[in-house]
Amino acid sequence: MKITYPHMGNLYIVIRALLTSLGLDLVLPPPTSNRTVELGVRYAPEFACFPLKLNLGNFLEARELGADTILMAGGVGPCRFGYYAQVQREILRDLGVSMEMVVLEPPDTHWSELKDKIRWLVGDRSWWEIIKAIRFAWYKARAVDLVEARVLYLRPRVFEPFELESGYREALRKIDQAASKRELDSVVKGFFRFSNRLPRRSGSLLRVGLVGEIFTVLEPFANYDLERRLGLLGVEVTRSIFLSAWINEHLFGGLLRVKGTKHVKKLAAPYLNFFVGGHGRETVGSTVDFARQGYDGVVHVAPFTCMPEIVAHSVLPSVTKDYGIPTLTFYLDEQSGEAGIQTRLEAFVDLISARRERVRKEKH
Amino acid sequence: MDLFLGIDVGSVSTNLVLLDPAGEPYLTPLYLRTQGRPIAVLQQGLALLREQLSSRDRVCAVGTTGSARFLAGVLVGADIVKNEITAHAVAALHLVPDVRTIFEIGGQDSKIIILRDGIVVDFAMNTVCAAGTGSFLDQQAFRLNLSIEEFGALAKDATNPVRIAGRCTVFAESDMIHKQQMGHPLPDIIAGLCEALVRNYLNNVGKGKEILPPVVFQGGVAANLGMRAAFEKVLKTEIIVPPYFNVMGAYGAALLARDYAKEGGQTSFRGFQVATLQFQPRSFECKGCSNACEVIEIREGKRVLARWGDRCGRWGSSVTGAEEVNEEAKSIS
Repeated sequence: MKITYPHMGNLYIVIRALLTSLGLDLVLPPPTSNRTVELGVRYAPEFACFPLKLNLGNFLEARELGADTILMAGGVGPCRFGYYAQVQREILRDLGVSMEMVVLEPPDTHWSELKDKIRWLVGDRSWWEIIKAIRFAWYKARAVDLVEARVLYLRPRVFEPFELESGYREALRKIDQAASKRELDSVVKGFFRFSNRLPRRSGSLLRVGLVGEIFTVLEPFANYDLERRLGLLGVEVTRSIFLSAWINEHLFGGLLRVKGTKHVKKLAAPYLNFFVGGHGRETVGSTVDFARQGYDGVVHVAPFTCMPEIVAHSVLPSVTKDYGIPTLTFYLDEQSGEAGIQTRLEAFVDLISARRERVRKEKH
Repeated sequence: MDLFLGIDVGSVSTNLVLLDPAGEPYLTPLYLRTQGRPIAVLQQGLALLREQLSSRDRVCAVGTTGSARFLAGVLVGADIVKNEITAHAVAALHLVPDVRTIFEIGGQDSKIIILRDGIVVDFAMNTVCAAGTGSFLDQQAFRLNLSIEEFGALAKDATNPVRIAGRCTVFAESDMIHKQQMGHPLPDIIAGLCEALVRNYLNNVGKGKEILPPVVFQGGVAANLGMRAAFEKVLKTEIIVPPYFNVMGAYGAALLARDYAKEGGQTSFRGFQVATLQFQPRSFECKGCSNACEVIEIREGKRVLARWGDRCGRWGSSVTGAEEVNEEAKSIS
């Protein structure tokens, strides 16, 4: 059995740690590229959302490298994602690609089903071993997130962005290879030491919150590298979703003390009081959260045709009205143009900096 | 005279505006067709300007905008490279200081910009539709064997505009032809088409935005009397079409250049000799990591003027004339 799974930002590091410590054999798809998009778009329904197309491309590329089993997440609620693993399975079958598809349903609603799937995957390993593997994967998720957050903070500040990027890639590679928690801690510490040495400018910067659907937020290929573009425009970006927070909430029932989305869900009221699927409610709540923290603006990303985010998008103008926080929404798919995204981002940065200037003048 | 040059290189038109220190156009603004050859047309524009300038004139700062703003900025040595949304807003604010809404419909892009108390508070650009309105109108005028001016003016004679399906220009065209075959008079069809495009613009670009007067309408399409009338009919408010409405991007870029000079900035303008230089663009795929970015490079003779397109900055940040880097570029591509 050679297992593969789709890419979502740096998730591959976490899942690789989990599966290899359970002794499973895996084949990682090549990093998502234009070829992945081409493959996915060719075989996916036109109006399926971007994540489905990229996943499909990942599977087909992994297949070329010898993968025969796919690990895919399921989902609940009005978001179509819950249905995607099934659709992907059918598409692959129609293509004559014989791959086993193991769908892991969300643990908070389908615990026993998940348990059975895990058993099937790992055979007769003890639960203690499984828990140890999960714990180790969790440490990796934390390490990745700490490094990512640091890069988001530093990107607009350093004079040599290229050095920061190569240090970042190096740190990710080391985290991926690390075999113990001790090693992980030292990689993270090492990265912080390295990044603290980079010469940087001082002064307060524009701050933008990034909200939206989890895949498009976490996968730089899907969002046309928004975080980096903003960083290079001199904006500090704060992500509303980090992998570890997601894992904590859905896998550990929020037991660990990591800043999660619980309080954010509450903040969505009175704008959006219901679960609309996906991350719709978190999008609205996080926007309120960023507004209250005095952020200069919010960038909202979603796959084109994403229903939960369309609901959230239609609610955002009232948040803007009440809190005066500008928002900019991008719907992303393979048709999005880089030039258009860059232009809108630059204009948005002009907008929020003019706004900040105005506020500053009024205070004096 | 001290002058400030603004250049807007867009998909359809390339515009150049020279301003005097008071912010008034010094020469007639140039409106040229880009024709898919931005470098050649930009050089042609510079040559045209040079002919009209005297030896006492001096360009003190240059700004570029439009979808080829980076390219144009590198070629001429711009002091300010600004996105077209901001440049358009700056120009409109200069000509109509109390403007609160800007409609900008050009060849490919359409935008709406919302301003309050002189600052931009919201904007949108066409996403899934309402693109290419200008090019579409051109094409329809051509199909009917009319000049674009005659085409727009005809709408004024409409007595009973027909309803045209305007979701996208492909549907609009086939519906328009259908209405012609049914025997509707041409002015009614053209007026109906303009209304459909306006409806589409307001629904897709202006969606959810509070449109308050004064409304400024700019971009090439603003010349079209039919479009102007259709906006006025739907919004029931006066639509202001400023002078120089079709070169507002370049106008804004020139104003930004003027501000730059005012704050004591020294220009990096390379002079009108740029018109006669030879530029070689090329592209290669970087093999530095899995991103496989397509890097674009502009050379003037042997010198690399700029590189961009790489996500990490490996190439973009390496342009300071170092020849060994160029060698590396060769070995990698």
